[in-house]
Amino acid sequence: MIPLSWYLIVAALLFCLGLFGVISRRNAVAILMSVELMLNAVNINLVAFWRYLAPEESTGLAWAIFVLTVAAAEAAVGLALIISIYRQRDSVVAEELDTLKY
Amino acid sequence: MTITIQQVVFIIISAITLISAWIVVTDRNLFHAAIALMASFAGVAGLYILLDAGFLAASQLLVYIGAISILIIFAIMMTRRLMQTTESPYNSQWRWGILGALLAFILLAVLIFQTWPADTFAGPAIVSPATLRGSVTDLGEALVSVDQFVLPFEVASVLLLAALVGAIVIARPEDSQ
Repeated sequence: MIPLSWYLIVAALLFCLGLFGVISRRNAVAILMSVELMLNAVNINLVAFWRYLAPEESTGLAWAIFVLTVAAAEAAVGLALIISIYRQRDSVVAEELDTLKY
Repeated sequence: MTITIQQVVFIIISAITLISAWIVVTDRNLFHAAIALMASFAGVAGLYILLDAGFLAASQLLVYIGAISILIIFAIMMTRRLMQTTESPYNSQWRWGILGALLAFILLAVLIFQTWPADTFAGPAIVSPATLRGSVTDLGEALVSVDQFVLPFEVASVLLLAALVGAIVIARPEDSQ
């Protein structure tokens, strides 16, 4: 028997690793990968709560699938943006994309 | 307290997930990070199987490992300078990143142990397989029934269409109008 809090702690650790990556990585693709880790952590929470608290309803699973959909859309558009930026600026380092600052 | 086989499996899968996630956020070489990301997604799929969500685990394998990881690897290969490994992978605010992530984790851990201490919900709710709403049939009915998720479902299809068109328009070279 696995206590609910184990799943929640693993999800929290995964979320915080992703948070650190989003704040600290220089590369835009790496930032996108960290966002995917955070979305996965949220999904673990959704499924764990579904299984432990409301297994007679499909709510948790359905929302996990919606999160999956949004993650796929986000990855497609995000990577298209990165490729477009690389074509124009020859760089994908987030710090160097500062046109709006000046 | 003795440790059961299920708990051992859980610990191994969680360790795989978290160690690969650590590699994703720390490795200089983005290609290695992308491979570790796939391992991390596979670990999360394992957690779904432990939670009796088999269909979601299959979707995780197809969508994340099959599609998103490949898309990320494509992006890494198309932007060649990403593969160089001499520069630091972090920007100037990485100390604040560590601080913020640690504070967030402490906050979450306190919340979790206050609200759901390990002795409550010591195991998943005991339900007969007939009432466990995790099968593909249950999920399919929930997604298209009017009193449940048909509206979010349709909105999600519009979102996917918009993402499809948007990705093509954004990534198209300027001169091929």
